[in-house]
Amino acid sequence: MSASDNKQPTQGSFIYDQWFRSIVYQVLLAVGLGYVGWALFSNVIENLDRQGIATGWDFLWTASGFDIGESVIEYDAGDSYGRALLVGFLNTLRVAFLGIIFATILGVFMGIARVSKNWLLSTISSWFVEIGRNVPVVLHVIFWGTIILLLPQPRDAMIPFEGAFIMNRGIVMPFPVYNDAYPWVGLGLIAGIVGVVLLNRWAQRKRERTGQYVGTLWSGLAVLIGCPLVVWLAFGAPLIWDVPSLQGFNFKGGLQLSPEFVALFVGITVYTASFIAEIVRSGIQSVPGGQIEAAGAVGLRQGFIMRYVVIPQALRVIVPPTASQYLSLTKNSSLGVLIGYPDLVNIGNTTLNQTGQAVEAITIMMLVYLAISIVISLFMNFYNRVVAIKER
Amino acid sequence: MTKSIKTFAALAIAGAVSMTSVGVALAEDGPTVKAVKERGEVLCGVHQGRYGFAIADNQGKWKGLDVDYCRAVAAAVLGDSEKVKYIPLGSVQRFPALQSGEVDMLSRTTTVTLTRDSALGLNFGPPTFYTGTGFMVRKSIGATKVEDLAGAAVCVFPGSTTEKNIAALFAAKKMTYTPVVIESSKQLVSSYMTGRCDVLSMDQAGLPGHQQFDADNPADHMILPGVFSKEPLGVGVRAGDDQWFDIIKWVTHATFNAEEWGITSANAAELKASTTDINIQRLLGAKGDLGKKLGLENDWAYNVITQVGNYGEIYARNWGPPLNLDRGINNLWTNGGLMYGFPMK
Repeated sequence: MSASDNKQPTQGSFIYDQWFRSIVYQVLLAVGLGYVGWALFSNVIENLDRQGIATGWDFLWTASGFDIGESVIEYDAGDSYGRALLVGFLNTLRVAFLGIIFATILGVFMGIARVSKNWLLSTISSWFVEIGRNVPVVLHVIFWGTIILLLPQPRDAMIPFEGAFIMNRGIVMPFPVYNDAYPWVGLGLIAGIVGVVLLNRWAQRKRERTGQYVGTLWSGLAVLIGCPLVVWLAFGAPLIWDVPSLQGFNFKGGLQLSPEFVALFVGITVYTASFIAEIVRSGIQSVPGGQIEAAGAVGLRQGFIMRYVVIPQALRVIVPPTASQYLSLTKNSSLGVLIGYPDLVNIGNTTLNQTGQAVEAITIMMLVYLAISIVISLFMNFYNRVVAIKER
Repeated sequence: MTKSIKTFAALAIAGAVSMTSVGVALAEDGPTVKAVKERGEVLCGVHQGRYGFAIADNQGKWKGLDVDYCRAVAAAVLGDSEKVKYIPLGSVQRFPALQSGEVDMLSRTTTVTLTRDSALGLNFGPPTFYTGTGFMVRKSIGATKVEDLAGAAVCVFPGSTTEKNIAALFAAKKMTYTPVVIESSKQLVSSYMTGRCDVLSMDQAGLPGHQQFDADNPADHMILPGVFSKEPLGVGVRAGDDQWFDIIKWVTHATFNAEEWGITSANAAELKASTTDINIQRLLGAKGDLGKKLGLENDWAYNVITQVGNYGEIYARNWGPPLNLDRGINNLWTNGGLMYGFPMK
């Protein structure tokens, strides 16, 4: 409904015009907010200046002089504060990205298990949910941080399988040595995903046109795995494992996950998964039982009912609150500062302390979290539009 | 995050508040002295827990060398060394807390550096303790010197000078290491004790306490020989309040001079009445007007010495048994150390 539809016949003065009034209120609000913002800003600048505290952004380009425990990119103490903050940003993204993926998988599984008729599954799931969501996330993180410190020393590390070690220095496992073929294999995987989408679309069209059902589970999997596999084989199947070994104090080589990363990742993943499980359960249960019975009555199979009747309606309930969970998981990753995971807040704090430029450092942190959150929101809104039931 | 936001808010609010208190005439008390007298206590930022410097005992009573300087300032300004509110601060919070006015003075194992003095808008009193970066290791790892630490995981406080010293030291020796950076003192030390780190690094004087009190078996650990940086620790105050800065400075010198001149908490009363030494008479307020020049009572230093003690007494109280830290360069200049009280006349 646009504003002009609402326009009332003018009775004398334009002060009573609804459209005019709404504009005036909005302008007043904007001016008020603008003034508060400006007053805060100028006050801070003026007082920092009088107290002789340095301001400005030049520090971003000066050498930081401190080292960081783990980094996705090359970094040493000679690099700038700006790069140090970038390292922190990437570490935040790393734990948030993996956390979102694993919390979703675990949450969906637990949510479905909770409505399962299998007593054991549903009991395990309800325990998981109640413990997960009723303990503060801070305690989750500290709990896993403490557990991992109680694991054995590197020399007595637990060995779940050959080449992998679990100990109080984290988890190390073999990892393939980089080969020039791998980007192409990655492209193959993307081609596989596109292939699966096309295959599903073709099967759907065929079903709608002829009423004939074409199963795409196995053929889809074949396309998904087959594409990258063919590329990999075409390059001569290059694969060398980098197996970690104990040298001096620590393990060298392979994939290394620090105890701080593991504790933070497990803590926020379990916490968020317990909420997602409840969201999934409520989504499934929001579909009226009559629809499922009706679908059964017209002779649809179980898997069919789930896929074409329950899930499309459940997703409408599931997606919006799940987006909020993703946002809170991302922001909860800042708890890494408690256990020493070098995320954005941890490095931001060090930067703040070494340079004394609190306002700048905190502004950077806030803007970065805002940016990450907006990207997640935009993506989830887009996905929500895709899965929302089209009202016709 | 929340802590940082709080700091940020405090900074903004304190900035707004302090606008009203600029341009005070010299005869009047400066803003900090005025605030302290009105409040009736000194807000002193201290370490959350470091043996010898600042640690709360099981009755919640704070002890340590840094704590004694908080008490000395309270004795000088308010006449009672107990009128102190201790505010434990992490290494990251400490400067914003001081800048924002959350504390009046920062007596928290803080190294005096050029950047902190200038860009942070602070001033530092004379060093009350000289130390340097030290390393503690488990004997079982077989390291006897810093060169043996290549590849080690090192537990260190964030935002500390130690953090930068280690980076420079290891880079100079072309060795790699993994820093494990945790702000909470308890978490950091327990990370070392449980074996997450091979090395615990901080100001060397802080290490014996953790070895004595936090290790299951102190004999399993050793402090590597050598000191790897200069860490003069001093009391920090906000720049721009000269009177308060002067008080911090001269309270510290009073403790040095008292030791040099043989004034102790036990004999100060007797000396004040009987001595003929004009220096001692001036210091204890029997003659002259040193107190008035600082805007304090004339018995300010007398209160400091009777209630807290001279530097030697403070040192012995905090670094005597069971820590037994040798005085080394923290001795008086007359005994080959660096503690040198300026003339008080």
